[in-house]
Amino acid sequence: MFDWLFVSPAERRLLGAPRFGGPTPWVIAIMSFSIMLIAATGLALASTASLMSQAIESRYTLQVPGGAANLDALVQAVRSSPGVTSVEAVPESDMRQTLKRWLGPAAESADLPVPALVDFDASAGANLTALQRRAAVIAPGAQVVAHRDSVGPLLHSLHLLQWVAFGLVVLLSIAASAAVVLAARGALDTHRFTIEVMHGIGATDLQVTHLFQRKILIDALVGSLAGAAAAAVVLLLLASGAALAGELTGGATLGVIDLIVLALLPFALTVLATWVARTAVLRSLRKAL
Amino acid sequence: MAAVAEFDSVGLRYGTGAEVLRDLDFRLRTGSFYFLTGPSGAGKTSLLKLLYLAQRPTRGRIKLFGEELSEAPRDDLPPFRRRIGVVFQDFRLIRHLSAFDNVALPLRVAGAADEDVEGPVREMLAWVGLADRASARPPTLSGGEQQRVAIARAVINRPELLVADEPTGNVDADMANRLMGLFTAMNRLGTTVVVATHDVGLISATPGAQLIRLENGTLVDPTGTLRNPPGAPRGKS
Repeated sequence: MFDWLFVSPAERRLLGAPRFGGPTPWVIAIMSFSIMLIAATGLALASTASLMSQAIESRYTLQVPGGAANLDALVQAVRSSPGVTSVEAVPESDMRQTLKRWLGPAAESADLPVPALVDFDASAGANLTALQRRAAVIAPGAQVVAHRDSVGPLLHSLHLLQWVAFGLVVLLSIAASAAVVLAARGALDTHRFTIEVMHGIGATDLQVTHLFQRKILIDALVGSLAGAAAAAVVLLLLASGAALAGELTGGATLGVIDLIVLALLPFALTVLATWVARTAVLRSLRKAL
Repeated sequence: MAAVAEFDSVGLRYGTGAEVLRDLDFRLRTGSFYFLTGPSGAGKTSLLKLLYLAQRPTRGRIKLFGEELSEAPRDDLPPFRRRIGVVFQDFRLIRHLSAFDNVALPLRVAGAADEDVEGPVREMLAWVGLADRASARPPTLSGGEQQRVAIARAVINRPELLVADEPTGNVDADMANRLMGLFTAMNRLGTTVVVATHDVGLISATPGAQLIRLENGTLVDPTGTLRNPPGAPRGKS
Protein backbone atom coordinates (compact mmCIF):
# COMPACT_ATOMS: atom_id res chain seq x y z
CA MET A 1 0.00 0.00 0.00
CA PHE A 2 2.85 2.36 0.84
CA ASP A 3 5.47 0.86 -1.48
CA TRP A 4 5.31 4.08 -3.54
CA LEU A 5 7.13 5.78 -0.69
CA PHE A 6 10.22 3.68 -1.32
CA VAL A 7 11.07 4.18 -4.98
CA SER A 8 14.48 3.30 -6.36
CA PRO A 9 17.00 5.97 -7.36
CA ALA A 10 16.29 5.05 -11.00
CA GLU A 11 12.60 5.83 -10.55
CA ARG A 12 13.48 9.07 -8.80
CA ARG A 13 15.61 10.09 -11.78
CA LEU A 14 12.56 9.83 -14.04
CA LEU A 15 11.32 13.25 -13.00
CA GLY A 16 14.75 14.78 -13.40
CA ALA A 17 15.64 17.97 -11.56
CA PRO A 18 13.38 18.80 -8.60
CA ARG A 19 11.20 21.24 -10.54
CA PHE A 20 8.14 20.06 -8.64
CA GLY A 21 9.70 21.55 -5.50
CA GLY A 22 9.72 25.20 -6.47
CA PRO A 23 7.23 27.33 -4.56
CA THR A 24 5.09 24.43 -3.30
CA PRO A 25 6.91 23.87 0.02
CA TRP A 26 6.89 27.61 0.67
CA VAL A 27 3.16 27.96 0.00
CA ILE A 28 2.44 24.97 2.22
CA ALA A 29 4.77 26.35 4.93
CA ILE A 30 2.84 29.66 4.98
CA MET A 31 -0.47 27.80 5.08
CA SER A 32 0.78 25.51 7.83
CA PHE A 33 2.04 28.49 9.86
CA SER A 34 -1.31 30.29 9.57
CA ILE A 35 -3.33 27.14 10.25
CA MET A 36 -1.29 26.38 13.38
CA LEU A 37 -1.71 29.90 14.81
CA ILE A 38 -5.42 30.01 14.07
CA ALA A 39 -5.98 26.49 15.38
CA ALA A 40 -4.04 27.32 18.56
CA THR A 41 -6.14 30.44 19.04
CA GLY A 42 -9.33 28.47 18.51
CA LEU A 43 -8.28 25.76 20.95
CA ALA A 44 -7.23 28.35 23.54
CA LEU A 45 -10.59 30.07 23.18
CA ALA A 46 -12.33 26.75 23.64
CA SER A 47 -10.25 26.10 26.72
CA THR A 48 -11.02 29.55 28.13
CA ALA A 49 -14.72 29.18 27.45
CA SER A 50 -14.72 25.79 29.12
CA LEU A 51 -12.86 27.06 32.19
CA MET A 52 -15.09 30.09 32.45
CA SER A 53 -18.20 28.03 31.99
CA GLN A 54 -17.14 25.63 34.75
CA ALA A 55 -16.19 28.47 37.07
CA ILE A 56 -19.49 30.32 36.83
CA GLU A 57 -21.76 27.33 36.51
CA SER A 58 -22.57 27.30 40.26
CA ARG A 59 -21.71 30.92 41.01
CA TYR A 60 -24.41 33.43 42.04
CA THR A 61 -24.63 36.92 43.49
CA LEU A 62 -27.23 38.21 45.86
CA GLN A 63 -27.53 41.90 45.19
CA VAL A 64 -29.41 44.61 47.01
CA PRO A 65 -29.53 47.69 44.71
CA GLY A 66 -29.79 50.30 47.40
CA GLY A 67 -27.29 48.69 49.74
CA ALA A 68 -27.93 46.73 52.90
CA ALA A 69 -27.58 48.05 56.40
CA ASN A 70 -27.59 44.57 57.89
CA LEU A 71 -25.13 42.83 55.57
CA ASP A 72 -24.06 40.29 58.22
CA ALA A 73 -27.62 39.07 58.64
CA LEU A 74 -27.94 38.77 54.92
CA VAL A 75 -24.71 36.73 54.67
CA GLN A 76 -25.92 34.51 57.51
CA ALA A 77 -29.25 33.96 55.74
CA VAL A 78 -27.49 32.92 52.58
CA ARG A 79 -25.02 30.64 54.37
CA SER A 80 -27.82 28.83 56.20
CA SER A 81 -29.76 28.15 53.02
CA PRO A 82 -29.69 24.49 51.87
CA GLY A 83 -27.31 23.77 48.98
CA VAL A 84 -25.09 26.82 49.49
CA THR A 85 -21.44 25.74 49.66
CA SER A 86 -19.60 29.02 50.12
CA VAL A 87 -20.49 32.64 50.79
CA GLU A 88 -18.48 35.83 50.51
CA ALA A 89 -19.69 39.40 50.96
CA VAL A 90 -18.11 41.91 48.65
CA PRO A 91 -16.78 44.74 50.90
CA GLU A 92 -18.21 48.17 50.11
CA SER A 93 -14.66 49.53 49.91
CA ASP A 94 -13.95 47.11 47.03
CA MET A 95 -17.10 48.27 45.29
CA ARG A 96 -16.14 51.92 45.64
CA GLN A 97 -12.61 51.13 44.47
CA THR A 98 -14.07 49.58 41.35
CA LEU A 99 -16.41 52.49 40.75
CA LYS A 100 -13.53 54.91 41.20
CA ARG A 101 -12.08 53.78 37.88
CA TRP A 102 -15.06 55.29 36.10
CA LEU A 103 -16.35 57.97 38.48
CA GLY A 104 -13.13 59.22 40.04
CA PRO A 105 -13.30 60.82 43.53
CA ALA A 106 -17.11 61.00 43.23
CA ALA A 107 -17.11 57.28 43.94
CA GLU A 108 -16.17 58.06 47.55
CA SER A 109 -19.26 60.25 48.03
CA ALA A 110 -21.68 59.03 50.69
CA ASP A 111 -24.50 60.22 48.43
CA LEU A 112 -23.62 57.62 45.84
CA PRO A 113 -25.80 54.56 46.40
CA VAL A 114 -23.62 51.44 46.31
CA PRO A 115 -25.36 48.11 46.04
CA ALA A 116 -24.63 45.37 48.51
CA LEU A 117 -23.30 42.20 46.93
CA VAL A 118 -22.95 38.72 48.39
CA ASP A 119 -21.26 36.16 46.18
CA PHE A 120 -22.04 32.51 46.83
CA ASP A 121 -21.74 29.07 45.29
CA ALA A 122 -24.71 26.76 45.30
CA SER A 123 -25.08 23.14 44.31
CA ALA A 124 -27.46 22.09 41.56
CA GLY A 125 -30.35 21.26 43.89
CA ALA A 126 -30.33 24.55 45.81
CA ASN A 127 -33.69 26.34 46.09
CA LEU A 128 -32.73 29.82 44.95
CA THR A 129 -36.28 31.12 44.97
CA ALA A 130 -36.59 30.37 48.67
CA LEU A 131 -33.17 31.88 49.27
CA GLN A 132 -34.19 35.08 47.52
CA ARG A 133 -37.48 35.18 49.48
CA ARG A 134 -35.59 34.87 52.80
CA ALA A 135 -33.10 37.56 51.77
CA ALA A 136 -35.88 39.92 50.71
CA VAL A 137 -37.30 39.76 54.22
CA ILE A 138 -33.98 41.04 55.57
CA ALA A 139 -33.18 43.45 52.71
CA PRO A 140 -36.16 44.38 50.54
CA GLY A 141 -35.35 44.29 46.84
CA ALA A 142 -32.68 41.61 47.26
CA GLN A 143 -32.26 39.61 44.09
CA VAL A 144 -30.31 36.47 43.13
CA VAL A 145 -28.40 36.77 39.86
CA ALA A 146 -26.77 33.73 38.18
CA HIS A 147 -23.33 34.52 36.81
CA ARG A 148 -23.96 32.27 33.81
CA ASP A 149 -26.78 34.61 32.75
CA SER A 150 -24.62 37.72 32.86
CA VAL A 151 -21.56 36.11 31.27
CA GLY A 152 -23.67 34.18 28.73
CA PRO A 153 -23.17 36.66 25.84
CA LEU A 154 -19.40 36.58 26.36
CA LEU A 155 -19.39 32.77 26.30
CA HIS A 156 -21.52 32.85 23.18
CA SER A 157 -18.98 35.17 21.53
CA LEU A 158 -16.14 32.85 22.53
CA HIS A 159 -17.94 29.88 20.99
CA LEU A 160 -18.57 31.91 17.86
CA LEU A 161 -14.88 32.79 17.64
CA GLN A 162 -14.01 29.11 17.96
CA TRP A 163 -16.14 28.34 14.92
CA VAL A 164 -14.62 31.26 13.04
CA ALA A 165 -11.17 29.80 13.81
CA PHE A 166 -12.33 26.36 12.67
CA GLY A 167 -13.74 27.86 9.47
CA LEU A 168 -10.47 29.67 8.78
CA VAL A 169 -8.53 26.43 9.27
CA VAL A 170 -10.83 24.72 6.75
CA LEU A 171 -10.52 27.63 4.29
CA LEU A 172 -6.73 27.66 4.55
CA SER A 173 -6.65 23.90 4.04
CA ILE A 174 -8.75 24.33 0.91
CA ALA A 175 -6.41 27.09 -0.29
CA ALA A 176 -3.40 24.81 0.35
CA SER A 177 -5.15 22.05 -1.61
CA ALA A 178 -5.78 24.42 -4.53
CA ALA A 179 -2.09 25.38 -4.53
CA VAL A 180 -1.17 21.69 -4.60
CA VAL A 181 -3.54 21.06 -7.53
CA LEU A 182 -1.90 23.89 -9.48
CA ALA A 183 1.55 22.57 -8.63
CA ALA A 184 0.55 19.06 -9.69
CA ARG A 185 -0.82 20.30 -13.01
CA GLY A 186 2.32 22.32 -13.60
CA ALA A 187 4.45 19.28 -12.88
CA LEU A 188 2.37 17.19 -15.29
CA ASP A 189 2.87 19.77 -18.02
CA THR A 190 6.61 19.88 -17.34
CA HIS A 191 6.89 16.11 -17.52
CA ARG A 192 4.27 15.47 -20.23
CA PHE A 193 6.80 13.96 -22.61
CA THR A 194 8.16 11.56 -19.98
CA ILE A 195 4.62 10.54 -19.09
CA GLU A 196 3.77 9.87 -22.76
CA VAL A 197 6.85 7.71 -23.15
CA MET A 198 6.06 5.82 -19.96
CA HIS A 199 2.48 5.23 -21.04
CA GLY A 200 3.73 4.13 -24.44
CA ILE A 201 5.87 1.38 -22.96
CA GLY A 202 3.09 0.13 -20.72
CA ALA A 203 3.28 2.15 -17.50
CA THR A 204 -0.03 2.34 -15.65
CA ASP A 205 -1.54 5.57 -14.37
CA LEU A 206 -0.73 4.46 -10.84
CA GLN A 207 2.94 3.95 -11.66
CA VAL A 208 3.12 7.48 -13.08
CA THR A 209 1.07 8.92 -10.22
CA HIS A 210 3.29 7.38 -7.56
CA LEU A 211 6.27 9.34 -8.87
CA PHE A 212 4.45 12.65 -8.40
CA GLN A 213 2.72 11.55 -5.21
CA ARG A 214 6.00 10.85 -3.48
CA LYS A 215 7.43 14.17 -4.54
CA ILE A 216 4.46 16.21 -3.31
CA LEU A 217 4.52 14.22 -0.07
CA ILE A 218 8.11 15.31 0.55
CA ASP A 219 7.37 18.93 -0.43
CA ALA A 220 4.24 19.02 1.73
CA LEU A 221 5.95 17.40 4.72
CA VAL A 222 8.91 19.78 4.58
CA GLY A 223 6.60 22.81 4.14
CA SER A 224 4.15 21.72 6.85
CA LEU A 225 6.83 21.00 9.42
CA ALA A 226 8.69 24.24 8.69
CA GLY A 227 5.48 26.26 9.01
CA ALA A 228 4.51 24.41 12.19
CA ALA A 229 7.95 24.99 13.71
CA ALA A 230 7.72 28.73 13.03
CA ALA A 231 4.21 28.81 14.51
CA ALA A 232 5.42 26.93 17.59
CA VAL A 233 8.11 29.57 18.17
CA VAL A 234 5.51 32.35 17.92
CA LEU A 235 3.16 30.52 20.31
CA LEU A 236 5.97 29.95 22.81
CA LEU A 237 6.89 33.63 22.68
CA LEU A 238 3.27 34.58 23.26
CA ALA A 239 2.84 32.12 26.09
CA SER A 240 6.01 32.95 27.99
CA GLY A 241 6.65 36.47 26.79
CA ALA A 242 5.69 39.94 27.89
CA ALA A 243 3.29 40.68 30.71
CA LEU A 244 0.99 42.35 28.24
CA ALA A 245 0.68 39.13 26.30
CA GLY A 246 0.08 37.28 29.54
CA GLU A 247 -2.70 39.61 30.53
CA LEU A 248 -4.25 39.47 27.11
CA THR A 249 -4.25 35.70 27.00
CA GLY A 250 -5.49 35.56 30.60
CA GLY A 251 -6.55 32.05 31.46
CA ALA A 252 -6.27 30.88 27.88
CA THR A 253 -4.20 27.73 28.06
CA LEU A 254 -3.66 24.71 25.86
CA GLY A 255 -4.22 21.27 27.35
CA VAL A 256 -2.38 18.08 26.47
CA ILE A 257 -5.07 17.07 23.97
CA ASP A 258 -4.88 20.51 22.36
CA LEU A 259 -1.11 20.15 22.00
CA ILE A 260 -1.52 16.69 20.46
CA VAL A 261 -4.06 18.10 17.99
CA LEU A 262 -1.66 20.90 17.07
CA ALA A 263 1.23 18.45 16.69
CA LEU A 264 -0.86 16.31 14.32
CA LEU A 265 -1.98 19.24 12.15
CA PRO A 266 1.15 19.43 9.93
CA PHE A 267 0.89 15.70 9.26
CA ALA A 268 -2.82 16.03 8.48
CA LEU A 269 -1.98 18.83 6.05
CA THR A 270 0.68 16.61 4.45
CA VAL A 271 -1.77 13.75 4.04
CA LEU A 272 -4.37 16.12 2.59
CA ALA A 273 -1.87 17.61 0.11
CA THR A 274 -0.67 14.18 -0.98
CA TRP A 275 -4.19 12.88 -1.46
CA VAL A 276 -5.20 15.99 -3.42
CA ALA A 277 -2.10 15.72 -5.63
CA ARG A 278 -2.74 12.03 -6.28
CA THR A 279 -6.36 12.71 -7.23
CA ALA A 280 -5.40 15.66 -9.47
CA VAL A 281 -2.69 13.66 -11.26
CA LEU A 282 -4.91 10.60 -11.76
CA ARG A 283 -7.72 12.76 -13.15
CA SER A 284 -5.37 14.49 -15.58
CA LEU A 285 -3.86 11.22 -16.73
CA ARG A 286 -7.26 9.76 -17.46
CA LYS A 287 -7.78 12.39 -20.15
CA ALA A 288 -5.01 10.76 -22.22
CA LEU A 289 -5.35 7.36 -23.91
CA MET B 1 -1.47 -19.51 -38.09
CA ALA B 2 -2.71 -17.11 -35.40
CA ALA B 3 -2.86 -13.40 -36.08
CA VAL B 4 -1.07 -10.98 -33.79
CA ALA B 5 -3.20 -8.12 -35.16
CA GLU B 6 -6.53 -8.06 -36.96
CA PHE B 7 -7.98 -4.91 -38.48
CA ASP B 8 -11.64 -5.02 -39.45
CA SER B 9 -13.07 -2.05 -41.44
CA VAL B 10 -10.87 0.32 -39.46
CA GLY B 11 -11.04 4.05 -40.05
CA LEU B 12 -9.23 6.89 -38.29
CA ARG B 13 -9.72 10.60 -38.30
CA TYR B 14 -8.14 13.26 -36.11
CA GLY B 15 -10.70 15.63 -34.62
CA THR B 16 -13.24 16.69 -37.22
CA GLY B 17 -10.84 16.35 -40.16
CA ALA B 18 -11.11 13.91 -43.05
CA GLU B 19 -10.30 10.24 -42.46
CA VAL B 20 -6.57 9.61 -42.68
CA LEU B 21 -7.12 5.85 -42.72
CA ARG B 22 -10.10 4.18 -44.39
CA ASP B 23 -11.52 0.68 -44.49
CA LEU B 24 -8.43 -1.13 -43.34
CA ASP B 25 -8.95 -4.89 -43.42
CA PHE B 26 -5.91 -7.02 -42.78
CA ARG B 27 -4.24 -9.47 -40.47
CA LEU B 28 -0.66 -9.69 -39.31
CA ARG B 29 0.38 -13.28 -38.82
CA THR B 30 2.23 -14.09 -35.64
CA GLY B 31 5.95 -14.43 -36.31
CA SER B 32 5.93 -12.69 -39.67
CA PHE B 33 8.02 -9.79 -40.92
CA TYR B 34 6.26 -6.87 -42.61
CA PHE B 35 7.43 -3.75 -44.32
CA LEU B 36 4.95 -0.87 -44.37
CA THR B 37 5.50 1.39 -47.33
CA GLY B 38 3.75 4.17 -49.12
CA PRO B 39 4.25 7.80 -50.05
CA SER B 40 4.59 10.49 -47.40
CA GLY B 41 1.20 11.33 -45.91
CA ALA B 42 -0.27 7.95 -46.85
CA GLY B 43 -1.00 7.20 -43.19
CA LYS B 44 1.89 4.90 -42.25
CA THR B 45 2.58 6.57 -38.90
CA SER B 46 -1.15 6.67 -38.10
CA LEU B 47 -1.43 2.96 -38.84
CA LEU B 48 1.54 2.26 -36.59
CA LYS B 49 -0.08 4.35 -33.82
CA LEU B 50 -3.13 2.12 -34.01
CA LEU B 51 -0.85 -0.91 -33.80
CA TYR B 52 1.01 0.24 -30.71
CA LEU B 53 -2.17 1.47 -29.01
CA ALA B 54 -1.36 5.17 -29.03
CA GLN B 55 -4.57 5.87 -30.90
CA ARG B 56 -8.05 4.36 -30.99
CA PRO B 57 -9.79 3.85 -34.33
CA THR B 58 -12.76 6.11 -34.98
CA ARG B 59 -14.54 3.16 -36.56
CA GLY B 60 -14.04 -0.52 -37.08
CA ARG B 61 -12.45 -3.09 -34.77
CA ILE B 62 -8.86 -3.90 -33.91
CA LYS B 63 -7.81 -7.13 -32.28
CA LEU B 64 -4.34 -7.43 -30.82
CA PHE B 65 -3.01 -10.68 -29.41
CA GLY B 66 -6.49 -12.11 -29.85
CA GLU B 67 -8.20 -9.44 -27.76
CA GLU B 68 -10.62 -6.81 -29.06
CA LEU B 69 -9.04 -3.55 -27.92
CA SER B 70 -10.79 -0.85 -29.99
CA GLU B 71 -12.99 0.15 -27.10
CA ALA B 72 -11.21 -1.54 -24.24
CA PRO B 73 -11.02 0.50 -21.02
CA ARG B 74 -7.76 2.44 -20.89
CA ASP B 75 -6.75 0.66 -17.69
CA ASP B 76 -6.70 -2.60 -19.66
CA LEU B 77 -4.19 -1.34 -22.22
CA PRO B 78 -0.82 -1.21 -20.31
CA PRO B 79 -0.32 -5.01 -20.22
CA PHE B 80 -0.79 -5.12 -24.00
CA ARG B 81 1.57 -2.19 -24.54
CA ARG B 82 4.26 -4.09 -22.63
CA ARG B 83 4.05 -6.80 -25.28
CA ILE B 84 4.82 -4.28 -28.02
CA GLY B 85 8.19 -2.68 -28.73
CA VAL B 86 8.14 0.63 -30.57
CA VAL B 87 10.92 2.47 -32.38
CA PHE B 88 9.74 6.01 -33.00
CA GLN B 89 10.81 8.12 -35.92
CA ASP B 90 11.81 10.91 -33.52
CA PHE B 91 13.36 8.42 -31.05
CA ARG B 92 11.32 9.68 -28.08
CA LEU B 93 14.16 9.29 -25.63
CA ILE B 94 13.86 10.97 -22.24
CA ARG B 95 16.46 13.72 -22.37
CA HIS B 96 17.41 13.83 -18.71
CA LEU B 97 17.95 10.07 -18.43
CA SER B 98 21.15 8.32 -19.43
CA ALA B 99 21.21 5.88 -22.36
CA PHE B 100 21.29 3.10 -19.77
CA ASP B 101 18.18 4.39 -17.96
CA ASN B 102 16.32 4.93 -21.24
CA VAL B 103 16.97 1.35 -22.32
CA ALA B 104 16.15 0.03 -18.84
CA LEU B 105 12.81 1.84 -18.69
CA PRO B 106 10.60 -0.94 -20.17
CA LEU B 107 12.12 -3.48 -17.77
CA ARG B 108 11.52 -1.20 -14.79
CA VAL B 109 7.98 -0.39 -15.86
CA ALA B 110 7.38 -4.14 -16.10
CA GLY B 111 8.55 -4.44 -12.48
CA ALA B 112 12.04 -5.91 -12.94
CA ALA B 113 14.33 -5.59 -9.93
CA ASP B 114 17.49 -3.49 -10.32
CA GLU B 115 19.73 -6.57 -10.24
CA ASP B 116 17.75 -8.05 -13.15
CA VAL B 117 18.10 -4.87 -15.20
CA GLU B 118 21.85 -4.30 -15.22
CA GLY B 119 22.94 -7.36 -17.24
CA PRO B 120 20.38 -7.27 -20.06
CA VAL B 121 20.74 -3.52 -20.53
CA ARG B 122 24.56 -3.66 -20.70
CA GLU B 123 24.27 -6.55 -23.15
CA MET B 124 21.79 -4.69 -25.33
CA LEU B 125 23.86 -1.50 -25.32
CA ALA B 126 26.91 -3.52 -26.31
CA TRP B 127 24.95 -5.10 -29.13
CA VAL B 128 23.99 -1.73 -30.61
CA GLY B 129 27.58 -0.55 -30.19
CA LEU B 130 26.97 1.85 -27.31
CA ALA B 131 28.57 0.01 -24.38
CA ASP B 132 30.87 2.93 -23.68
CA ARG B 133 28.05 5.50 -23.96
CA ALA B 134 25.80 4.00 -21.28
CA SER B 135 25.94 7.04 -19.04
CA ALA B 136 25.59 9.59 -21.85
CA ARG B 137 22.36 11.55 -22.08
CA PRO B 138 20.48 11.79 -25.39
CA PRO B 139 21.39 15.44 -26.13
CA THR B 140 25.05 14.43 -26.12
CA LEU B 141 24.48 11.53 -28.53
CA SER B 142 24.46 11.77 -32.31
CA GLY B 143 21.24 11.08 -34.24
CA GLY B 144 22.44 7.59 -35.11
CA GLU B 145 23.38 6.84 -31.51
CA GLN B 146 19.98 8.05 -30.31
CA GLN B 147 18.35 5.82 -32.90
CA ARG B 148 20.27 2.83 -31.57
CA VAL B 149 19.31 3.64 -27.98
CA ALA B 150 15.68 3.85 -29.10
CA ILE B 151 15.94 0.47 -30.80
CA ALA B 152 17.61 -1.08 -27.77
CA ARG B 153 14.77 0.23 -25.61
CA ALA B 154 12.18 -1.20 -27.99
CA VAL B 155 13.61 -4.73 -28.01
CA ILE B 156 14.96 -5.05 -24.44
CA ASN B 157 11.71 -6.64 -23.27
CA ARG B 158 11.70 -9.19 -26.13
CA PRO B 159 8.32 -7.92 -27.35
CA GLU B 160 5.86 -10.13 -29.23
CA LEU B 161 5.22 -7.32 -31.70
CA LEU B 162 7.93 -4.90 -32.78
CA VAL B 163 6.81 -1.74 -34.56
CA ALA B 164 9.43 0.55 -36.07
CA ASP B 165 8.93 3.84 -37.86
CA GLU B 166 11.87 4.52 -40.21
CA PRO B 167 14.29 2.81 -37.82
CA THR B 168 17.32 3.13 -40.06
CA GLY B 169 16.74 6.71 -41.16
CA ASN B 170 19.59 8.13 -39.08
CA VAL B 171 22.21 5.39 -39.20
CA ASP B 172 24.86 4.48 -41.75
CA ALA B 173 24.49 1.49 -44.07
CA ASP B 174 26.60 -0.77 -41.89
CA MET B 175 24.57 0.00 -38.74
CA ALA B 176 21.34 -0.26 -40.75
CA ASN B 177 22.31 -3.81 -41.73
CA ARG B 178 23.18 -4.68 -38.14
CA LEU B 179 19.88 -3.32 -36.88
CA MET B 180 17.94 -5.19 -39.55
CA GLY B 181 19.94 -8.26 -38.54
CA LEU B 182 18.68 -7.72 -34.97
CA PHE B 183 15.09 -7.38 -36.19
CA THR B 184 15.44 -10.50 -38.31
CA ALA B 185 16.94 -12.41 -35.40
CA MET B 186 14.06 -11.34 -33.16
CA ASN B 187 11.64 -12.33 -35.89
CA ARG B 188 13.20 -15.79 -36.02
CA LEU B 189 12.62 -16.07 -32.29
CA GLY B 190 8.93 -15.45 -32.87
CA THR B 191 8.52 -11.67 -32.71
CA THR B 192 6.22 -10.19 -35.33
CA VAL B 193 8.01 -7.21 -36.90
CA VAL B 194 6.42 -4.27 -38.71
CA VAL B 195 8.85 -1.74 -40.16
CA ALA B 196 7.67 1.43 -41.86
CA THR B 197 10.30 2.51 -44.36
CA HIS B 198 10.99 4.18 -47.69
CA ASP B 199 14.27 2.30 -48.06
CA VAL B 200 13.81 -0.12 -50.96
CA GLY B 201 17.27 -1.56 -50.39
CA LEU B 202 16.28 -2.53 -46.88
CA ILE B 203 13.17 -4.30 -48.16
CA SER B 204 15.00 -6.23 -50.85
CA ALA B 205 17.69 -7.25 -48.35
CA THR B 206 15.15 -8.93 -46.13
CA PRO B 207 13.98 -12.12 -47.81
CA GLY B 208 10.63 -13.52 -46.76
CA ALA B 209 9.29 -10.18 -45.56
CA GLN B 210 5.83 -9.18 -46.69
CA LEU B 211 4.90 -5.78 -48.02
CA ILE B 212 2.00 -3.64 -46.78
CA ARG B 213 1.42 -0.68 -49.02
CA LEU B 214 -0.70 2.31 -48.04
CA GLU B 215 -1.94 4.92 -50.46
CA ASN B 216 -4.19 7.81 -49.42
CA GLY B 217 -5.10 6.06 -46.20
CA THR B 218 -6.20 2.82 -47.81
CA LEU B 219 -4.51 -0.52 -48.07
CA VAL B 220 -3.26 -1.72 -51.44
CA ASP B 221 -3.81 -5.45 -51.28
CA PRO B 222 -4.57 -6.64 -54.81
CA THR B 223 -3.84 -10.29 -54.09
CA GLY B 224 -5.81 -10.34 -50.83
CA THR B 225 -2.94 -11.98 -48.97
CA LEU B 226 -2.98 -9.31 -46.28
CA ARG B 227 -6.67 -9.72 -45.77
CA ASN B 228 -6.48 -13.48 -45.72
CA PRO B 229 -2.88 -14.47 -45.16
CA PRO B 230 -1.84 -17.95 -46.22
CA GLY B 231 -2.51 -20.34 -43.39
CA ALA B 232 -5.02 -18.06 -41.68
CA PRO B 233 -8.67 -19.02 -41.31
CA ARG B 234 -10.51 -17.68 -44.35
CA GLY B 235 -13.76 -16.72 -42.75
CA LYS B 236 -13.46 -13.00 -43.25
CA SER B 237 -14.87 -11.21 -46.20
